[in-house]
Amino acid sequence: MIQVNNISKSFTGRSILKDINFTFETGKTNIIIGESGSGKTTLLKCMVGLNEIDSGEILYDGRSFFDLDFKGKKAIRKEIGMLFQGGALFDSKTVEENVVFPLSMFTDMSVEEKRDRANFCLQRVNLNNANNLYPSELSGGMKKRVAIARAIAVQPKYLFCDEPNSGLDPKTSIVIDSLIKEITEEYNITTIVITHDMNSVIEIGDNIMFIYKGEKWWEGNKHEILKTTNKEICDFVYATEFMKDLKEKFQ
Amino acid sequence: MRVFYHFGKYYLFIKRAFGKPEKFSIYIDRIFEEINILGIGSLGIVAIISVFMGAVITIQSAFNFESPLIPLYAVGVAVRDSMILEFSPAIVSLILAGKVGSSIASEIGTMRVTEQIDALEIMGINSAGYLVFPKIIASLLFNPILVVFSMFLGILGGYLFGLMAGVVTDYEYIYGITYEFRPYNVMYALIKSAVFAFIIASVPAFHGYYTSGGALEVGRSSTKGVVYSSVLILAFDLILTQLLLS
Repeated sequence: MIQVNNISKSFTGRSILKDINFTFETGKTNIIIGESGSGKTTLLKCMVGLNEIDSGEILYDGRSFFDLDFKGKKAIRKEIGMLFQGGALFDSKTVEENVVFPLSMFTDMSVEEKRDRANFCLQRVNLNNANNLYPSELSGGMKKRVAIARAIAVQPKYLFCDEPNSGLDPKTSIVIDSLIKEITEEYNITTIVITHDMNSVIEIGDNIMFIYKGEKWWEGNKHEILKTTNKEICDFVYATEFMKDLKEKFQ
Repeated sequence: MRVFYHFGKYYLFIKRAFGKPEKFSIYIDRIFEEINILGIGSLGIVAIISVFMGAVITIQSAFNFESPLIPLYAVGVAVRDSMILEFSPAIVSLILAGKVGSSIASEIGTMRVTEQIDALEIMGINSAGYLVFPKIIASLLFNPILVVFSMFLGILGGYLFGLMAGVVTDYEYIYGITYEFRPYNVMYALIKSAVFAFIIASVPAFHGYYTSGGALEVGRSSTKGVVYSSVLILAFDLILTQLLLS
């Protein structure tokens, strides 16, 4: 479980996050939604320690991240898996080497054990016969799957996904969403997903936080979000004609 | 005041790069990888430039030493001292700053803008240490070898082209390159090459590491890395020459 308490962050005097509070539950897919520029990625970067916070605290199962020393922070980071928007795969390494990399850095596994674990993770994300390909030879969906395999290789307790569906076709998006959901439940991980994609929200969102202009505007689940009358959320959720039609149909 | 800000930032960056490695065996492998990329990969260009520079110095020296008062073996002396004192350590380092420096800055800059460095940090890896430390060590280990290689090929090139052009005889050239040879000059060249190696690897890496934006900024970082490392090489060339030879 990750608790975010009263987080504020500003850049060069401009306030980006204002007093955010939220609890991200273990074994559930916690989704952060909001318009572009609302502060979602900044919140995620603060949570993983890539950005310092101005005030507040972030608790990883009770451990206050920013109060920890270098070793303590490093220990928490070893429990974090992250899926970046572009995949962030290492260009100079093959698919297998990318997945093996965190194992080589943090475990004393033999070469065989590491290869077996990498193959297991790659099979888990339905990626077979791609071990020797380089990231430049992969499609967008394959890159995301390799990134998920790399993230789960070290059996993380916390999984962060920054817009996992960006640049993917609807069918591949569903595959990635399903994978994230399955992995979260299978390994009892605390998963945090940032997305703009309402299909993902409805498909996998157990807990949802809506950020508007740097503030937590609303929280609830996927059933509640469809019923809410909050203007800002409705503007976001029913921005497309398809969603508007869907709403009218159900009403 | 910006100079002090950047110097402080560079100092902290180098301090991070020399932090305790997560796993020493992986860093050793990375050093060998970098020796292959940065060192072995530069042998060709260093060889070509050194041979031709040795040849040009021989022909130019012979042309300028036309006076009967200057012995012909002075051509050998000129080639030897030019290669050892200045060309091999300084000019080869400037060439490497262009070739290796731009490669380092663009590689690390691209890793920054594609979030690969963020991925390393989130995994709990000291990204500056993992990416930059092996490059600096590889450069420190292999640049002196490249410099000695350049000295040898430059003198050999001067010999071969001098004989082919008929501007110097076999005996006079070999007498010249051994005439009053001071081994300290080689030591001076190796000290310079080690300092330049540190600059060639660390300055472009610093510019690449702090790239922000996209492809355009990666190009800018690469240019900055090459320009600043070249200027620093020239400045340290002067400082070290004054300190070691005066």
